[in-house]
Amino acid sequence: MKSPLLKLVAQRVGLSVILLFAVSLLIFVGTQILPGDVAQSILGQSATPEAVANLRESLGLNQPAYLRYLEWLGGLLTGHLGNALSNGLPIGPELWQRLKNTLFLAFWAAAISVPLSTVLGLIAVRHKNGFIDKMISATTLLTISLPDFFIGYLLIYFVAVKLGWFTSVSTVFDGMPFLQRMNAIVLPATALTLVVLAQMMRMTRAAILNVMQSAYVETAQLKGLSQFEIIWHHAFPNSIAPIINVIMLNLAYLVVGVVVIEVIFVYPGMGQYLVDHVAKRDVPVVQDCGLIFAAVYIGLNMLADIFAILSNPRLRHPK
Amino acid sequence: MPRQAKRPQGSESGALLDIRNLRIEATVYPPGEDPRDIVIVDDVSLTLTKGKVLGLIGESGAGKSTIGLSSMGYGRGGVRITGGQVILNGRDILKGGQKGFRQLRGREVCYVAQSAAAAFNPAHRLMRQVIEASLKHGVFSRAEAEKRAIALFKELSLPDPEHIGDRYPHQVSGGQLQRVMTAMALCSKPDLIVFDEPTTALDVTTQIDVLAAIKKAIRDTGVAALYITHDLAVVAQVADDIMVLRHGKKVEKGDTRQIIKEPREQYTGALVSVHEIPHEEHKPAEPILSVKNVTAAYGGGQVKVLKNVSVDLSAGQTLAVVGESGSGKSTLARAITGLLPPMEGSIVFDGRPLPPRLGDRKKNDLRELQMIYQMADVAMNPRQTVGTIIGRPIQFYFGLKGRKRDEMVRELLDKIEMGSGFFDRYPAELSGGQKQRVCIARALAAKPKLIICDEVTSALDPLVANGILKLLLNLQQEENVAYLFITHDLATVKSIADSIAVMYRGSVVRYGPRSEVLTPPFDAYTDLLLSSVPEMEIGWLEKAISGRRMESAGN
Repeated sequence: MKSPLLKLVAQRVGLSVILLFAVSLLIFVGTQILPGDVAQSILGQSATPEAVANLRESLGLNQPAYLRYLEWLGGLLTGHLGNALSNGLPIGPELWQRLKNTLFLAFWAAAISVPLSTVLGLIAVRHKNGFIDKMISATTLLTISLPDFFIGYLLIYFVAVKLGWFTSVSTVFDGMPFLQRMNAIVLPATALTLVVLAQMMRMTRAAILNVMQSAYVETAQLKGLSQFEIIWHHAFPNSIAPIINVIMLNLAYLVVGVVVIEVIFVYPGMGQYLVDHVAKRDVPVVQDCGLIFAAVYIGLNMLADIFAILSNPRLRHPK
Repeated sequence: MPRQAKRPQGSESGALLDIRNLRIEATVYPPGEDPRDIVIVDDVSLTLTKGKVLGLIGESGAGKSTIGLSSMGYGRGGVRITGGQVILNGRDILKGGQKGFRQLRGREVCYVAQSAAAAFNPAHRLMRQVIEASLKHGVFSRAEAEKRAIALFKELSLPDPEHIGDRYPHQVSGGQLQRVMTAMALCSKPDLIVFDEPTTALDVTTQIDVLAAIKKAIRDTGVAALYITHDLAVVAQVADDIMVLRHGKKVEKGDTRQIIKEPREQYTGALVSVHEIPHEEHKPAEPILSVKNVTAAYGGGQVKVLKNVSVDLSAGQTLAVVGESGSGKSTLARAITGLLPPMEGSIVFDGRPLPPRLGDRKKNDLRELQMIYQMADVAMNPRQTVGTIIGRPIQFYFGLKGRKRDEMVRELLDKIEMGSGFFDRYPAELSGGQKQRVCIARALAAKPKLIICDEVTSALDPLVANGILKLLLNLQQEENVAYLFITHDLATVKSIADSIAVMYRGSVVRYGPRSEVLTPPFDAYTDLLLSSVPEMEIGWLEKAISGRRMESAGN
């Protein structure tokens, strides 16, 4: 298919790659101006100036910054994430393990929240300004207004402590059976769902209501279709682009913004990993985590753009 | 799926639709005032027998669309049916509730909207939308419905009827889309179709094709129709009877011949003779504007929209530029005003060549060449008062302020026959015609030698447009200002122009004094254009179609 579509999509992908490089540079510069010195913090109070100098030398901290950047970038492109400064072990396996955990949690939170919010949005439109609409709006606004740590503690207190249905500690490990793993993430996934639900639902509602003003919705009404058929067949397909945008932003949040939830539920994800290593001044780990977060963000937004392009029949079927 | 849905038969009298003492109200929310109820339709009764076509005619706000939609139990924008009965096929549909409405919509009564381009869902293929109502109501199976749709596409002379249904709305031209919408309305074999200004948004040469297709389809299928329009000449071609409405009330009702030949009411008479404006043609004189061999293009020379265009406009006279959409007439205005610098050619104004680019022109060049637009409401800042809007050019070009400026504004308000009472009003408080008058006053405030009028009456009702044209002609005599009058409406041109340029695909195909341009022999395009203007005469449509020498561009 030789169409403007391919060109547009290729443009979006190209832009995302350029953006990712720009972000990698930004992350590198950002970590360079962090206060403190790794060698100093590894050696602690007892460090002699000679020991610090030796360690700096062996860690390669005396090389010029641009060389270290290129080395880091080259390593990333060839799949070598480098070694952590704090314990000298390769970052790759540990990071991969953490990333898998984070994606696992994010996936299940998304698998619940995306369909749920869309359906709630559709129902809200169907009962616009009625009791059901107001209930949905009020509930979702309440959950988004509560800070995520508060929701986390509420769940722990009521569901884990009082009712004892699920455990409050969501530790997962390699080789854990699937069902057990699912059981462990119920509470953090619920907390995340409650946090992201409102925005997606409100956007679905607003986008569809906007389209409901169109002449073709009137045409559908004058064909005798039921309100739900009109919303589902005629309004929803034309409001997908803005909805997907908000969904992608929230999916990104599920991956990169869950530090607090991870800490509360003691879940071994990327967020905790990152925060730990910021405290240790472990620059390579911080850089790698930062870049992965950036890649997730950019990638999801790129997907949102591509979906928006694909959902436009004028681009999909040129004259 | 049931093959045939149950449907009540028509009443014994043969009346398919019987509307009795209909009253429709709406709540309006004027800015800064309390909401109040207004009556949109007041005590209107009509009957329609099977297979007949009733024309509903009137200006905007006459309630004609509202009445049409009431036959489907639908109130647009929250209007409410507060009185009367709507009896369809022997039962009062107003008692059926939402469920009853849904059963009759798309089954017994279908609707054809003014703008098919907006009324089709951009996300779905045409076929799916055309057969949707038939499937919903269980009239046909999918295969049967598709077969019928294709037959209807053929009936409506759509190109490639077998495959046009696979297209998306944006892949089909406006005139074709309007016919697809007619097919959509006919598909479920309804008893009644409401045509709501189905040809108003089309070019005149396309309108005639669509009109002929609709008329043929109505005749062949025997469906009854309510045909809503503001154009009496159009409705005279398709309707058996005509009802004239004004301000939500019936003015008069009669058969088509009586209404257009022997109108009883004065208002109907005014509608019939709306295009007659006495205007003596002036002989060509010293030109104020000379467009010489202008070629212009968009996209850096990619798409040529003006090809070697040359026209002259005499001082104090009117040059009408006519053509259908895409003929380049508005682009000519953009070239003259400097918004689109021409690639080749020159523009001489008042004896001096104008710099091609707007940015290079002097303030005096700008002042002497003013513009009036089609959409008066978007051409004004809604947050400024009429006084500010008209006063702005006075301040800008002549540096007048305070009382002197206000005095001039009041004089201008008198000139446009509105009076100084409008000084502190906002555009939202004005009617369409008044808004256009304010735009005229704003253009005049600069004391220009030339005003470019770009479709200034196209968005207005015929009688209002008529008033605007008369005003423009009066002002021309008083101020000796020349008009470059861009329009697709030949009826307007016939009444006010001194000379005419006919444009077709970027070129001027015919140009000269009005009397010469409108005298045969014609070139093929001018002939098509002239013969496509609906005339207030029964049987004109058939005559015009059979006498054509050239296919219209929309086909």
